[in-house]
This record gives sequence, structure tokens and C-alpha cells, in this order.
Amino acid sequence: MSEKDTTPDKKTNNPENLSQQPVSHGRRDAIKALATVPVLGAMAYGVYRKRKQEMRNITSANMFHFNSEISPLTPLTPDGKTIRLGIIGSGIRGKQLMIALGFATPQYVEDLIQANKQNSADNRYRDFREQEDLKIVITAVCDIFDVHAEEATAAGANINREGLNSQYGATPKRYRNYRDLLAAEDVDAVVIASPDHWHGQMALDAVLAGKHVYLEKPMTWTVPETNALRNAVKESGIIFQLGHQNRQVEAYTRAREIVTKGLLGPVSLIETGTNRNDPNGAWVYPIHPDANPQTIDWQQFEGDPDRVKEYMDYMTSAGVAKYVGPDPRDKFSLERFFRWRCWWDYSTGLSGDLLTHEYDAMNQIMDLGIPTSANSSGGVYFFRDGRTVPDVLQTSFEFADKGLTMLYSATLASQFNRSRKIMGHDATMEVGNTLTVTIDPRSEQYRDKIDNGTIKPGEPFYHYVPGKSIDAVTSATELYFAERGLLYSYVDGKRYNTTYLHLREWLECIRSGKQPSCNIDRGFEEAITAHMGTRAYLEGHTIYWDAEKEEITRG
Amino acid sequence: MRHKNSHNHSSIQLYGLVTLRLLIGWYFLYEGLAKVFTPKWTAYGYLMDSQGVFAPLFRTIAENQGLMAAADFINIWGLTLVGILLIIGLFEKIGYVGAALFLILYYLSHPPLLDASYLLPTEGSYLWVDKNLVMLGAVIVLSLFPTAMRIGVDSIIFKSKSK
Repeated sequence: MSEKDTTPDKKTNNPENLSQQPVSHGRRDAIKALATVPVLGAMAYGVYRKRKQEMRNITSANMFHFNSEISPLTPLTPDGKTIRLGIIGSGIRGKQLMIALGFATPQYVEDLIQANKQNSADNRYRDFREQEDLKIVITAVCDIFDVHAEEATAAGANINREGLNSQYGATPKRYRNYRDLLAAEDVDAVVIASPDHWHGQMALDAVLAGKHVYLEKPMTWTVPETNALRNAVKESGIIFQLGHQNRQVEAYTRAREIVTKGLLGPVSLIETGTNRNDPNGAWVYPIHPDANPQTIDWQQFEGDPDRVKEYMDYMTSAGVAKYVGPDPRDKFSLERFFRWRCWWDYSTGLSGDLLTHEYDAMNQIMDLGIPTSANSSGGVYFFRDGRTVPDVLQTSFEFADKGLTMLYSATLASQFNRSRKIMGHDATMEVGNTLTVTIDPRSEQYRDKIDNGTIKPGEPFYHYVPGKSIDAVTSATELYFAERGLLYSYVDGKRYNTTYLHLREWLECIRSGKQPSCNIDRGFEEAITAHMGTRAYLEGHTIYWDAEKEEITRG
Repeated sequence: MRHKNSHNHSSIQLYGLVTLRLLIGWYFLYEGLAKVFTPKWTAYGYLMDSQGVFAPLFRTIAENQGLMAAADFINIWGLTLVGILLIIGLFEKIGYVGAALFLILYYLSHPPLLDASYLLPTEGSYLWVDKNLVMLGAVIVLSLFPTAMRIGVDSIIFKSKSK
């Protein structure tokens, strides 16, 4: 407003202003000027109310208060010794493990470099380069397929994580038989990623040779070797880690705290499962063009004679010999070599491959131990490609002593997402990379809070998002991003892969002498549980565990 | 000229314009305050989810710790400040410019393109025009019909200055 507006003649022309003094006019201007300021008061009141409402949520979140923040990553032992590793089996999983250890073929790194050039948002090359040096050297490699063995030696020599045409380190020695690798003096520890039918035997031989062992899951293929391996590891003092990398998922550690604190009330049912819907997920892996009887040592692939005898003894004595074969064991077959998971002759089926991950995660959270009994059903319903292992499987494990059932339900022909649920009398927790707790309307523990409106039963009540401070109220937006893995890779500065963390824990335990998270006792529980589920499927009736005699029985 | 225009509004036009200014101010202020009160709030996920021709730029910001921290700070306090300026009618022109800049950035980072799909579902259906763009239009119109010299702190400051 300018001074012109308040000229006397204008004022006199305006009857409204006749009686007004300039002072009161100024006051009116001031009132007009500040007329909108009370809106800030309304905002303050609104924010106050909103905060109060949120504080109530925080109060309820306090029920889920944890004693400590999970330390993101303890630094590597300073001056820790360099560990010399041997890789036994460098197929699909073996290569993944080597990459997690920081060793990839120059071609793989080159592909990452090119991918970054094509798309600057593709940072896999940078992430791989920046991955911490675990102070290891790969001195030995064993694979019975020449192509896989050559790739593994190239990866082992690529100590600077370079692409093609660069400087590489010393090439690891290639062994054609894993027993020769185990006899090598320049190997302190081995990573075993062979087919299932070799797991127990290779681990056993490695332990007897005094090597530390990282063994892919499932721990064993036959029941007798499970006992033998456990006893050998216990007597040896070597560091044994089973490859269930879920042990490193931060959310599971929190889930364990929630269960331990009794926040879910008595748990009566656990629901887990697997859903996949592509040939690769159903183990129809590609067949390498260079694979033939000259490049593959089929005789070694067949298996250890003692273990094969145990397998055959069980299959015939249990009356399930129809699941053996159908090809004779000594007949060379590219399908059976690359897609071995499809036949019981080498595989442990869904039980060993995928149920074990689900079981171990629940064992990690709830200390389940070995079930008292198991029932299974299923069949080969979709991938009717000559396989003997089922592609649809439901197994229910009874933990009678704990008063709960764990249900595992899997299909390889639908990938509709079903969340893992731990169902308690007071609340149900959905467990994934994030945790969601929903209070039960009939809960007794939370009766007061349900009645006074603090808790709305049936609605997600508590969310845990890794990397997020515990008492904070998580907005829907943040949760949305976090569940898709977008939010916290930045806050933590780096994105970690759980396999890397699991291997790292094993290496650090070798240096410190401590026991890793998935040690031989957890491995024994995993193997026996999986064998019970498998036998229940094969035999078509309930399978029991005699805890005193440590024997699987038919009741 | 502009002052004269603002004086030529009838009362109802003036109140209409001020109401629109208040609504937009309120929107900005609460967006800012909600972020102030959210611990560890960050626009990281939002920026990483960017699409369209400017997406690489927004992702570059998100992936640089320093730039990301600056972007978060500017968002939190910029939104709050713009909200306050518009509500109380202080430095009106700066308020509109600030509001327009934020809206342009939001629009460019998440343009409602034919083939764009975002992690966070939108609350409506948009093709090329979204609510950010509509609000940007409203802010531009408001800046052409300023009101703070009639109803706003600007009327006190600039009057006393001219005295």
C-alpha cells in the first residue's frame, strides 16, 4: 500500500473513514497485514495433535524396544593372517561364492564394466571393486568339468578385480580330484559347492585333512553321513560353517528378539514356503556346449561308493526303489550332470534345496531344533520332464515339545508371493527383509491397549525396517521404498550381500577360533529335519525323531 | 502498475487469491514440517525412483553423499520456509519463486509419462499433467496477481520502508 491511498480527500470521500483517525486506520492496516498469521497457529495446533497421535504409536513401538542397535559390521581382525582357500565345485553356486569372496573371472568383471558404460545407474562394477578385501588367497580349485575349473582358476588369479587384458596374480592350481586338493599343504580352508550327493563326504574328508570348511546347504545327502560328519567336526576343532546366509539377515536377528521377549505370545503355527515359476528356478539349468565325456569326469560325478551304497540301502529297504534312477548311475548324461537337482540319485529335492533355508531361518529365530515328526505330500505336477523329485511339496513338521507346527508349502510353478508368518496367540509376525507385526483381536496380552484404542487389532502395528532407528515411526512412503531395498543401501553407505557376510563370518571365526552362526550343531538339525521331510514324502507316512537314540524312526 | 492491479481486485477476488495463497502455503509448510519431524528423513528413495530425461541427474544427486545431504536439507527447510512466507505474505515474490522451483523439480524428477511407472503409487491417474504441474500453474497465476501488499507482512515492511 502506498501513501497515496491515505490522502485526506480520499478519506473524506469515503463515509466509512469519516470518523476514523489516522492511528486507527493504521491499526486496521496492521490487522489486515497480519490477518493470515493465525493460520500458522492453526498449523501449530494441527502439528501438535498429529505429533501427539504419533507419540502414541511411539509408545506402542516402545513395547518393541531393543536393548542394542545391531552393529552393522565389526571390522576385520587387524593383522589377521591371510587364509589360503581351496574351492571344491565351481559351478553356478561355486562361482557366486567366489564372487562374494571377491574373485571373479576377467570376463565377468568386463561385463560389469560394459554394463556401467551402457547404464550409469548400474553400479555393480563399483560395488564389486569396493567390496572389502577379506585377506584370502585362492590357491587351489577343483571341478570335474574343465570349463568350470578353468573359469575358477581365472577368477582366483584375478586378485585386482580387473576386466580383460589386465594384470593378474598367480593362477591357483587346478586339481582333478578333490582328495588331492585336500592333501595340498597350501590350503587352510575349503569352500564346498558340489552337488548334494557329495556334500557330506567332501566335508568329512576335508575335516579329516584338518581343513576348515564352508559347506553349501543341505549339509548331507544320506542320514548315516550326517552323524559321521557331526562327530568328525566335533572331534577335529576345525571351523565349520553351513551355507545358510539367512543367518546374516538383520531383520531375522530382530525377529528373534521379538519372539524371545514373548511379544507374539505362545506361537502355535509357522507358515513358510517357496514360490518360483521359471525353468531355472525348477533346476532346468542350461547345458554347456563344451560339455562332453572328454571334458567331464563322469566317474567322479557318480559319487562316493560308500555313500551311494547307503542311499541304495535306504531306498530298497524303505520300499521306495521306484524313485532311484531311472537312468543307470554309470550312464553319462549331460542332463543329469547339469540338472542333477531333478533326481534323487544326486539331489535332496525341495527339502534339501529350499526347505532347508526356510527351516534354518525359523531355527535361527525360534531355536526349533529337530521336529518330533514330519508329514509330506506333493508330486511332479508341472515339470514332467523325467525328474523324480517333486515340484510341488507340502511338509508339516510337528514340534510337540514346543507346542507348534511348522508348515512348509512349495510350488515351482507359481510365484505368487506368500509371506512367512509366525503366528502367536497375541500377534502374528510376517518375516522378510522387513518385519511386520499385527496384533490379534483376541489377544490377552494387549487387551488394555486394544480397549483404549492404542492398538488397532488386525492392522499392521509394528514395522521393523533394517537400518532404521527402532523407535522412529516409519511412514508408509519410507516403508514402501525400504521393502524394495532402495532406502537403506545409502544410509549404510554400502549394500552388502548376505553370502559375503556369511563367508566373512566364517573367515573371521577361523582367525579368532570362535564358533560361527551356522555351525555343525545347527547343520545337524537342518540335515535331520530335511531328511525327515524327504523320507515322509518318499515313504508316504509320518516319520518320527527319537531324540534319545538320535534316530529317525517310523513310529 | 502491479500495485495498482492488486488494488483493483474486488474484495471477493482478493479473498479468493489470498485463500489460494494460504492453501498452497499450508501444503508446503506441512510437507516441510512432516519431514522435520521424521527422524532420518531422506529423499534418497524418491530420487532413485526418478524417471524421464532428467533421471540420471537426480540419481547422481542421490548417490553422492554430500549432494544428497544438501538435497535433504534444502527440501526439509526450503519447503518449511516457502510455506511460512506464503502464509504470512512475507517476501511474496521470493515465496512464489521458491514454490515454483520445488514444483518444477518434483515434476521433472517424476514426470507422468506414458511409459513411466513409479514405486510409490500416485493417488490419481495422470497423463503428462499431474498435480505438481497444476499447482505450478496456480503459483504462476498468483505471482501475476500478488496479494501480500494488501494482506500480508509485506504491506507493513514495504510501506514503512517507503516512508
